[in-house]
Amino acid sequence: MSESQEYKYIGQRTIRPDGFDKVTGRADFGADLSLPGMIWGKILRSPHAHARIKNIDTSKAEAHPDVMAVVTHQDFPAVSAGGFAVGEGQVDFKDLSRNVLADDKVLYHGHAIAAIAAKSEAAAEAALSLIEIDFDVLMPVLDIAEAMKPDSPLLHDDLFTQGLAEQPEKASNIASRMELKKGDVDAGFAAADVVVERDFSTPTVHQGYIEPHATTVRYDEDGQSMVWCSTQGHFDVRAIISTLLSMDLSKLKVVASEIGGGFGAKTTVYLEPVALMLSKKSGRPVKMAMTRDEVFRASGPGSATRSRVKIGATKDGTITAMQAQLNYAAGAFKGSPMGPGCMTAFTPYDVENMYVEGYDVVVNKPKAAAYRAPGAPQAEFAAEMAVNELADKLGIDPIEFRLQNAAKEGTQTIYGPQLKVVGLVECLEAAKNSPQYKQALAENQGRGLAAGFWFNIGGQSSVVINMKPDGTGTIVEGSPDIGGSRASMQMMAAETLGIDTSRLTPVVADTEHIAYSATTGGSRTTFATGMAVIEAAEDVVRQLKERAAAVWNVTVEQIDWADGVATNVASGDKLSVADICETADKTGGQVSGRANINARGAGPSFAVHLCDVEVDKETGKTGVVRYTAIQDAGKAIHPSYVEGQYQGGAVQGIGWALNEEYVYSEDGVMENAGFLDYRIPLSSDLPMIETVIVEVPNSFHPFGVRGVGETGIIPPLAAVATAVSDAIGVRMGDLPCSPPKVLKAIQDAS
Amino acid sequence: MVSVVYEAPDSVQGAVALLAGAKIPARPLAGGTDLIIQLQAQKNEPCLVVDLKKISELMESTLDEEGLHLGPGMACAEFFSRDDIRSVYPGLVEAAQLIGSTQVQGRASVGGNLCNASPAADSIPALIANSASCVIVGPSGERRIAIEDFVTGVGENCLGKGELVRVIEVPRPADGTSDAYLRFIPRTEMDIAVAGVGASITLDDDGTCAAARISLGAVAPTAILVPAAAQALIGTKVDDEALLVLADAASAAAKPISDRRGTAEYRRHVVGVLAKRAASTAAERARGN
Amino acid sequence: MTKTHVTTTVNGEDTEFLCEPNETLLSVLRNELQLTGTKEGCSSGDCGACSVTMNGRLVCSCLVLGVEAEGAEIGTVEGVSNKENLHIIQEKFLEHAALQCGICTPGLIVSTKALLEENPDPTEEEVRYYLAGNLCRCTGYDKIIRAVMDSAEVMRGGA
Repeated sequence: MSESQEYKYIGQRTIRPDGFDKVTGRADFGADLSLPGMIWGKILRSPHAHARIKNIDTSKAEAHPDVMAVVTHQDFPAVSAGGFAVGEGQVDFKDLSRNVLADDKVLYHGHAIAAIAAKSEAAAEAALSLIEIDFDVLMPVLDIAEAMKPDSPLLHDDLFTQGLAEQPEKASNIASRMELKKGDVDAGFAAADVVVERDFSTPTVHQGYIEPHATTVRYDEDGQSMVWCSTQGHFDVRAIISTLLSMDLSKLKVVASEIGGGFGAKTTVYLEPVALMLSKKSGRPVKMAMTRDEVFRASGPGSATRSRVKIGATKDGTITAMQAQLNYAAGAFKGSPMGPGCMTAFTPYDVENMYVEGYDVVVNKPKAAAYRAPGAPQAEFAAEMAVNELADKLGIDPIEFRLQNAAKEGTQTIYGPQLKVVGLVECLEAAKNSPQYKQALAENQGRGLAAGFWFNIGGQSSVVINMKPDGTGTIVEGSPDIGGSRASMQMMAAETLGIDTSRLTPVVADTEHIAYSATTGGSRTTFATGMAVIEAAEDVVRQLKERAAAVWNVTVEQIDWADGVATNVASGDKLSVADICETADKTGGQVSGRANINARGAGPSFAVHLCDVEVDKETGKTGVVRYTAIQDAGKAIHPSYVEGQYQGGAVQGIGWALNEEYVYSEDGVMENAGFLDYRIPLSSDLPMIETVIVEVPNSFHPFGVRGVGETGIIPPLAAVATAVSDAIGVRMGDLPCSPPKVLKAIQDAS
Repeated sequence: MVSVVYEAPDSVQGAVALLAGAKIPARPLAGGTDLIIQLQAQKNEPCLVVDLKKISELMESTLDEEGLHLGPGMACAEFFSRDDIRSVYPGLVEAAQLIGSTQVQGRASVGGNLCNASPAADSIPALIANSASCVIVGPSGERRIAIEDFVTGVGENCLGKGELVRVIEVPRPADGTSDAYLRFIPRTEMDIAVAGVGASITLDDDGTCAAARISLGAVAPTAILVPAAAQALIGTKVDDEALLVLADAASAAAKPISDRRGTAEYRRHVVGVLAKRAASTAAERARGN
Repeated sequence: MTKTHVTTTVNGEDTEFLCEPNETLLSVLRNELQLTGTKEGCSSGDCGACSVTMNGRLVCSCLVLGVEAEGAEIGTVEGVSNKENLHIIQEKFLEHAALQCGICTPGLIVSTKALLEENPDPTEEEVRYYLAGNLCRCTGYDKIIRAVMDSAEVMRGGA
């Protein structure tokens, strides 16, 4: 599978170029920039989960000597409803404007209402209490099933369900309905010998990045402005701010700081437009940073779901029909990742008859943000649990069952295209051959396996490579580096140019110094920005050949190029990259290569995870004892960072499966808004996460790359829950498999 | 965060004088791992913070014939690195070692854990099981009180204005005695106890339980001493049968609430499981003594 | 409010600063001394991103008042490497790809240094428990643990 022999740099484990700054504390993250004359902004947040704002009185705050500016929604221009694609989802500008600062209603506990800038963070915080608000408190609705009922309290009077056969006349909390189908599921179930049907649920979870949202902005007298922020996509931040504040794009420079984790949730804005408005009103640079409490209450989260899945198969193990209803909580505004959930749920299977129906439901929780393969973990959890149950009932090994029904090249997906070459079968074979699968389980242990599918995306990327007189180069890209992608860019450029990685410096440029590049999301960066890097490097090579030809006074056709050396075919003379760059002033000036692309042909990625757990049956507590993550990378540019993506995804999924959940009071207040009680996995909770990199190349990428960032979070939910079910002999359908829930399942069964 | 007036006296008398004379709310500061978080949450009137860490007698512990004289401000990390103390009170040291992360253990103290008076404090059931008491010093002199009487409610203790804990006294256990502390948390670290059990067990020469003290944490407003649980063991060989009776007695004594960390029903069950396990460990250790 | 004058030592250098008595050491390091390598992740002692040493002991700087630094010795990530070279722990974190986003890395480097000074030959389990207060959301900890174990071996003089 591996073809690394033919490459000099691709497939090596180089030291990442930005690593030095990150291990010394020198790297500047979102909260690390301070500007001369800077003041601090803080946000006043709703104490109610659902209320109408009758009046906001900011006069006392404005009169306070420490206060430099106060901003409410009234300071923002009216924005009309309309969609904009960002990352993997759509944002509606009107909704976003009302999420950034509430208009006439607050829709979740912690919803931003007003902001104050003052000379210090403490002064701004203290002054918030001077703002007086009259609320008309309303009944909150938190649960999806409750929100879907016709008599439920409504979040929005103007929200009418999209996607129904007839345009509804009555407003609803159901924002939209989606239906996907292929074949005839009724006929499929009629042909089945065994049918499994079950309900599943997943909780509201948070992406849990360790760096809170933070920004420092400056709005100058001439209207020019600078926004420094922790984001996955500074160009999209520019576009969003420009719309929300009615500013010209040309007036906005957005600088992406180093980013301390995002996992999809740093693809939208919370603080940035508010900070800019505070800066405009105060005439001073403004810094804002969320507290951890604010991060939990008012950013992210990942959607809660309730779903029902039905799958049928014949005795010999052929799946005849798969059906699901998937209901997603969008939070306060429409736009959960219900769509990708419906599209991915059954895609690991080549089955004739499928039917999926999805609902996007608003509830009084923070507006859901993308979370690593948004929508897919919840949907595929339900599907994979049902597949495992069916395999059990048929008495077939879960790997064999999947192999028998696996999606492969030519499989017709439920959402449209046929799959190109994919690596699911290879992943399943690797699972079968893994040491873990052959290891016997001890007492109180259980094993679970699950597959996962994610599309991955391409999109726009821009890259410039500037060569220097000494033959070194700077790779200027526009994709914020969230997990080591600069190392991959360096390696792909080095491979193409034929010079050592140490001679290339990748730089993530601000919006003024590189052309538009789409947000780092959808596992697109190594694929799409990588393609742009390769194309820009090829542009450099083309020019270097021209320069060599000029030096030798021959035509370009007489130049042979290999391993970073130009050879004059006629004379045998050679010039290295450094030689050509050193004399570039005499051949027309220094050399820059450039590429602006809209990458197509992203290769979907399949993963298979294997999890062994041990359950303390007296307390219901589960520990993961062995774990193997297997995934198709197409081609691993930097294997260590590919493995890191598999391991990180696996562990986020383990947290989702075992302990993570938003706990709400009846009046809609999150009760565990901190890392103490929102329990993400710790180093002491885990074993080593074994990895297998499967490489089934994506023919649309020069090196065969598929995105690897997201798929790894999909299989763990079902792999872990199946392992727990196996250990205790009871099927767990509701996540998380927390100790009280597992204990109750054990007690109810005995 | 509330505004703070900070003082760091170098004597107990100095600290008492500052606390007693304060015109604003006053809080002693030991490790600060609870206090600083609490001060961050407060927004109203300023607070006098009296740092006790410059008072050397509060920061030291000695072990002698009488037992352990535990300086209430001694950092847990320092406490649990003391092998001499661990050899006598393994359960108490385990409890101190469970309080928070490595970083928190570098600051947090047993005295602070006690005075913070959380129902879920790990050190309190372990202290109660070991019949510990504390000496309180204040403007009108000193008084001694048993640990089980020190905590009066959720986050409340019996310290009056100007008073502080000068020393925690843990008597030297009788021959054939050992202890254990166990807590239940959903993860392996970093969580607050959902339930906790401290057990001290004395076995006579033939392995029969002569005395026992069982204390439960996080299942009532304060840690509780459960004589019925001890009775379940006394006179037995601490065998499986006795341990089951003990578990039931512990569950029956629990009066837990439901909150984000666990339901009442779950806590009641788990405290029984923990009691069984803690007693079993303590007995095993006692057999080795 | 009147600011308090504090004399302390940061990374071996005599340092003076003014701070509010209610200001945390984390805030002092970041906002008064511009030592932004120490990160804020939670301000409640739950994430370890702000780990520093104080008189040789590992602490969360968000749970220390700046005024408590009077007369103390503070060690931050900025003091881990010397002028010429990275510390072995820093090199091993890079070699093992033990960071993705890098926000937890300064805290983990400081904590690992404290661990290996206390216990030069830890087991994997000891490493996992010692570092349990340093949250990382990117890596799943696997490569971090490997980097720490390898650092320990090299620092002990093993091969």
